Amino acid sequence: MNLLVPLMTIVRKETIRIFRVWRQSFLPSVVTTTLYFIIFGNFIGSRISDMAGFKYVDFIMPGLVMLSVITTSYTNVAGGFFLSKFQRSIEEMIVSPTPNWVIIAGHAIGGMVRGLVTGILVMLVSLFFTHIKIHNIWIILIYFILTSAMFSLAGFLNGMIANSFDDIALIPNFLLTPLIYLGGVFYSITVLPEFWQHISKFNPILYMVSGFRYGFLGFSDIDVFFGFVILLVFTAVFFIINMILMKKGYGIKS
Amino acid sequence: MDALNIENLTKTYANGVEAVKGVSISIPERSFYGLLGPNGAGKTTIIGIITDMVVKTSGRIKIFDKDIDKEFSDAKQLIGVVPQEMNFAIFEKVIDIVVQQAGYYGIAKKDAEKNAEKYLRQLGLWDKRDEQAKSLSGGMKRRLMIARALIHEPKLLILDEPTAGVDVELRRDMWSFLTRLNKSGTTIILTTHYLEEAEHLCKRIAIINKGMIIEDSSTKEIINKLDKQSYILDIASPMKKKPEMKGCNITIIDDTTIEIELDKSQNLSELMRLLDKEKITILSMRNKANRLEEMFIDLIENGKEGKEKGKRK
Repeated sequence: MNLLVPLMTIVRKETIRIFRVWRQSFLPSVVTTTLYFIIFGNFIGSRISDMAGFKYVDFIMPGLVMLSVITTSYTNVAGGFFLSKFQRSIEEMIVSPTPNWVIIAGHAIGGMVRGLVTGILVMLVSLFFTHIKIHNIWIILIYFILTSAMFSLAGFLNGMIANSFDDIALIPNFLLTPLIYLGGVFYSITVLPEFWQHISKFNPILYMVSGFRYGFLGFSDIDVFFGFVILLVFTAVFFIINMILMKKGYGIKS
Repeated sequence: MDALNIENLTKTYANGVEAVKGVSISIPERSFYGLLGPNGAGKTTIIGIITDMVVKTSGRIKIFDKDIDKEFSDAKQLIGVVPQEMNFAIFEKVIDIVVQQAGYYGIAKKDAEKNAEKYLRQLGLWDKRDEQAKSLSGGMKRRLMIARALIHEPKLLILDEPTAGVDVELRRDMWSFLTRLNKSGTTIILTTHYLEEAEHLCKRIAIINKGMIIEDSSTKEIINKLDKQSYILDIASPMKKKPEMKGCNITIIDDTTIEIELDKSQNLSELMRLLDKEKITILSMRNKANRLEEMFIDLIENGKEGKEKGKRK
């Protein structure tokens, strides 16, 4: 069997679902980050001194893009996969010869489509508020794509282990959001006391935000290569956990 | 070649319930096979295991000689399944649901669209192709699941109570569709609660109770095992006196209808002569329906728990 056919079928199905409800898929992130740019860029930003030598609004722009990429990739796959479990339409794939890795990859690519389109829209909005330049396009692309892939796979895991719609909201609200906000989106960790700088380095999101920021500003709180390795490791770990749970049929098979 | 071969299949759920206890069945290619049993007998669990929705505890399953554990992809290509409960995305269009299913079997979109048109037309859903699945009636949703199961043209079609809650006319249409499909070479396995349906469609029947096979033979053989035959007679005028005959029990239903239960050892011609002698004019006569039902209840209630047949091929 040509595995590209089932893979593209799942990707097409997910993409159609995302664009069918485009207002819900893309607009909330764009509206929220526009407000961030207005408030932190114009209203408050003008009263905040430079951060690591950069204008405050320019400093936070890469973090705001990552914020939207992470949350939309994650929630898209977590919600979409849980819905297919809830409606039992996941059984369509389980009874077919489509291998588990194709099911996982198809959903993850669907999440990446939503995460990356949202990220691009936020970057377009940022053009109205910032005067940012590109330092290294390859680092931007690698961090942009890998972060979206990693959080899509994490969302898949959440969708698989969730038993109710509440379980879908639990992790984004109580784990993901605090980690993002404490992951250097709005500040450089160099402004923190030394102790909190060390603690912050245990937050994986810091590496994604800082690495992506390096692609624009040429400044990072962490070693960019190390950040890339962290991203790769987390992506692989989530993929492997998903493979193990899919093989067991966790939450799907009895 | 057997379309399906099951050997010593067992399933014990995490809560300790033994749903399937050493079931073995051989279903020949091109047959129309009925799987009957009361609620909770283990029918849906067996179908779940065959279609990979339930993880078996032990046993071996082969689909057209392909082991479902070792030749996972090849075996799955050969099966189409129509589950008992609706399991499609209700907000998607009818055509998308069917074409996507083909994609999961590796069929390119262009070919899938051709197959989709063929089966949606045959099942009377082509006009509804652009409507969301949630807008379909109950009968249409069942037909959609049949079209979806056939989209990759499987050699073995498994239907888990496909006509449950479907009106009589639609049920008859489904029967003729499935009969045509079987004649064209598709092996069909059907679970049903309608014993009339099994009697009408299935050439062979297995009866399951408490996770074990208690009967597995041709439909004709099962019906022949009935000790008695029942007939309903419409008569011209009220019967004044019930005629007496050994091995024959007559029940007056109303003035012009009687029910006759005749031992298999007795002769129907003799009964006719007796009625003629009593000047009873017979206007019409028919077999009492649900013959299989009588056999089914007899098998279940008499506690034949299949000790000797549970492991029979």
